[in-house]
Amino acid sequence: MGCLKSRGGQRLSGVLARLRQWRPGRGLVIAVPMGWLLLFFLAPFVIDFKISLAQVQVAIPPYTPMFEWVQDKALAIRLHWHNYAFLFTDSLYIRSYIYSLQVAAVSTLFCLLLGYPMAYGIARAEPATRNLLLMLVVLPFWTSFLLRVYAWMGLLRNNGLINNALLSLGLIDTPIQMMQTDFSVYIGIVYSYLPFMILPLYTNLEKHDNTLLEAAADLGARPVTAFLRVTLPLSLPGILAGSLLVFIPVVGEYVIPSLLGRPDQLMIGRVLSDEFFANRDWPVASAVAILMLVFLLLPIMLFQRAQQRNAAGQT
Amino acid sequence: MSRSRTAWVVPTALAFGFAFLYVPILAMVVFSFNNSRLVTVWDAENSPTLKWYGALLHNQQILEAAELSLRIAVLNATGAAVLGTMVGLVLARFGQFRGRTLLSALTTAPLVMPEVITGLSLLLLFVALEQSIGWPAGRGVTTITIAHITFSMSYVAVIVQSRLSGFDDALEEAAMDLGARPLTVFRRITLPLIFPAILSGWLLSFTLSWDDLVISQFVAGPGSTTLPMIIFSKVRLGVTPDINALATLMVLVVALGVIGSTLLLQRQQKRLLRDQQLAAAGD
Repeated sequence: MGCLKSRGGQRLSGVLARLRQWRPGRGLVIAVPMGWLLLFFLAPFVIDFKISLAQVQVAIPPYTPMFEWVQDKALAIRLHWHNYAFLFTDSLYIRSYIYSLQVAAVSTLFCLLLGYPMAYGIARAEPATRNLLLMLVVLPFWTSFLLRVYAWMGLLRNNGLINNALLSLGLIDTPIQMMQTDFSVYIGIVYSYLPFMILPLYTNLEKHDNTLLEAAADLGARPVTAFLRVTLPLSLPGILAGSLLVFIPVVGEYVIPSLLGRPDQLMIGRVLSDEFFANRDWPVASAVAILMLVFLLLPIMLFQRAQQRNAAGQT
Repeated sequence: MSRSRTAWVVPTALAFGFAFLYVPILAMVVFSFNNSRLVTVWDAENSPTLKWYGALLHNQQILEAAELSLRIAVLNATGAAVLGTMVGLVLARFGQFRGRTLLSALTTAPLVMPEVITGLSLLLLFVALEQSIGWPAGRGVTTITIAHITFSMSYVAVIVQSRLSGFDDALEEAAMDLGARPLTVFRRITLPLIFPAILSGWLLSFTLSWDDLVISQFVAGPGSTTLPMIIFSKVRLGVTPDINALATLMVLVVALGVIGSTLLLQRQQKRLLRDQQLAAAGD
């Protein structure tokens, strides 16, 4: 009897202990943001994919349903792969994809060439100067992206500041066409995305141990050699993070090519929104988005690995 | 010396880089005081003038759009601060759990996802939801705010997570050992520690939303025209002086905000350091 009772008591206290450990708060803190992201970030891609397999029709919404009950009983599933086939047959899309990837790659390179020495200089500056310089890098990042692109329109136009200055100095006779060229696109992108390159590079370079460079110098390495053999390899994670942070969003860039870009060669982000807003062809717009996502899947996964490694490195 | 041959690279890059970042903004500011409608020709006789600022204050369309953008930005920043702090806390403090990798992936992807993809996909979701459950009815402030929270919360999460990684959890553990309930620990210890991070996350989310054009364009409905949408439609047609004035005001507010909060944070940091030193001296 007593034995039974004590066993019951043990079980009871075990349950109580588990109850005390069971914190509904913990599950809730995970579930709420997870649910939000699953619904508003992941689910949309699934719907996107579903609609890319539909056919455009004049209706609200303007696409054919995937599942339909025909003759009361039979469920018809309609998958139209021709939207994807269409993207590969009309050369407009392929050229836009290739052009976007090329613009993204070249501007990433320019961001790196300009951003790396800047990040290096900031990381090597005196602490007080360093904070000031860092704030100067971040400040444009906080001001309107749209207005910063707009600022370049005032400089690059045929009757803009740069052309006016060159004309009045007598260096040129007729204005140089700078707007709506590859040049203006690269300027706009490098200008807008430069802080995204500098910040991760700075975070990396700032952590470097100076004694390594001193050791290299003591061993007779010239500064350039020391940089190439010590600093550069150590900063590879920063280069990777910064480059991906620039490359991935630039592939789908819409504002900069719309305001500064070539009218004869669209970037894919512009093609997507034209399909959607001008042609009202939701299925083709969805297919364009899904295909872009396929191109970007590998870079996005690389970025996530870099981020996670970075987060782990901080603890 | 071999050093002097390469020593010019870094200062030159810094000077060029900062000039590159600031000359366009300065030009925009200067020409907002220009009398001429031709934005890039300086009308020396009648300038500087504030007439474009006056025109801005009487532009009902711009004022209404600014109010709408402000409302969405505040709602978004608050929502993103709450959800993002939860994610940051979970990723930094909850250790291993099922779904951790998924949560972390869902948090980093919005940071780089091209806006056209996010915007289009969210719109398609909203349309599908409205068809099947009747919510959200139509598109407007609600859908824009949801869309903005979805990408802003990632920024808050990253900021909060990295702030939390900077502190070890000894304080929280000690409080737990002394019998404090999780919520109390969070309120009394974790929250004060990460408050500066939440604040900068809130401010960043505010500007991300205030600034967003592409995603808003997809998920907005008739009657919900935000400020960037107005600016974009005006700017597409060419350079206009009242937009220069608007840009100048926005740059001014942001500059004051960033400088102010930097000074505030530095002072707080110093106080924290002093408190720690005092505590150490007291031991």
